[in-house]
Amino acid sequence: MTTTEQQIDKKLIPILEQVSDPEIPVLSIMEMGVVRSAIIENNIVKVEITPTYSGCPAMGVIGDDIQKALLDAGYQSKIDLILTPAWTTDWITPKGRKALEEYGIAAPLDPIADKEALLDEKRIVKCTNCGSQNTKLVSQFGSTACKALFKCDDCQEPFDYFKCLK
Amino acid sequence: MKENLYKYILGIADNSLILGQRLGELCGHGPSLEIDIACTNISLDLFGQSRSYYQYAAKLKGNETTEDDVALLRTEREYVNLLLVEQPNRNFAHTMARQFLFDVYHILLLQELEKSHDLTLAAIAKKSIKEVSYHLRFSSDWVKRLGNGTDVSHDKMQNAIDALWTYTDELFHQTDADKAMIAEGVGVDVTKFKDSYEQKVAHILTEATLKVPENKWFQKGGKQGIHTEHLGYLLSDLQYMQRTYPNMEW
Repeated sequence: MTTTEQQIDKKLIPILEQVSDPEIPVLSIMEMGVVRSAIIENNIVKVEITPTYSGCPAMGVIGDDIQKALLDAGYQSKIDLILTPAWTTDWITPKGRKALEEYGIAAPLDPIADKEALLDEKRIVKCTNCGSQNTKLVSQFGSTACKALFKCDDCQEPFDYFKCLK
Repeated sequence: MKENLYKYILGIADNSLILGQRLGELCGHGPSLEIDIACTNISLDLFGQSRSYYQYAAKLKGNETTEDDVALLRTEREYVNLLLVEQPNRNFAHTMARQFLFDVYHILLLQELEKSHDLTLAAIAKKSIKEVSYHLRFSSDWVKRLGNGTDVSHDKMQNAIDALWTYTDELFHQTDADKAMIAEGVGVDVTKFKDSYEQKVAHILTEATLKVPENKWFQKGGKQGIHTEHLGYLLSDLQYMQRTYPNMEW
């Protein structure tokens, strides 16, 4: 129950990598760490996915997209939603973090980075537009459940920060 | 069916559903865009959590019961949420005070539920804690900001805390089903963290230059299905789609 190891059949990786998060299209669900296991049993692919946030409205779509991608590759599949172990931002891969930054979403840093920004203690979240660390938190809740809204005091641009969840 | 477990799950799930619906009412009506988005984000988290509980409850009930049946097709007397969470939004201070008084409790509850012998409940709790810590940070920041703000904002926050205080004792009431579940190591004995709750609330209120209310007369009934007049209106809104278009799905 406590293992964080993903059990994923190597054959399935290229197929699953084609499926992206509908709300962050640059990120595949593999880079996101949402797929916890994918194995072939009696010609049926069993996939376990875990939500980033309980109310994440993208999970239904992600499940459908996985089934479609697998069907296109000739596999029938069964999708299960699991809650343990709970998803953490540590599961976002280095490649995924890079994709986030390039898309304009600052990657998660530290569980209290946004709190410190709010209280003006420490500014460590880098602006995705100009790279400045002179940024401040506008709101802990952003355009989706997983993001907070920041603003850069140098270039004045607003940007999203992927909240750290540990 | 495990009757006591079913009832116990509803006792937790209904709080998330009803508070989620109250916050959802602010969609498009928040005092500023950021707060509007924050309240609906918190609402979404709570709905997500309640879905996990209702899916579990529906499975226990069997007979092809769905999560929608459990969440949306009960009558008012069958909802067992706390009176606190059904209180209307009134003004922004009320909304944040209600949220704060619940969030402090919610985290303490989940921290214990995480250790439950029931692995499904423990998993939901573990997942939810991460979300609820954001909720608590948001609501306690606003209690402090309004309390330390202008005379007007201070008075509004004090009035809100005073008005809602009467619903806080019920957080620590336990039904027979609750007690049965505690005995089995599944449920949480909420009386154990009552002191801790009071200390945490008092600490933030003091930081916010607000007074801890002294009134000792408390309302109860939500856990037995006896609600304030506000719940019926909320439910007529919440259940409208399922009642009008039975079995509809998105």
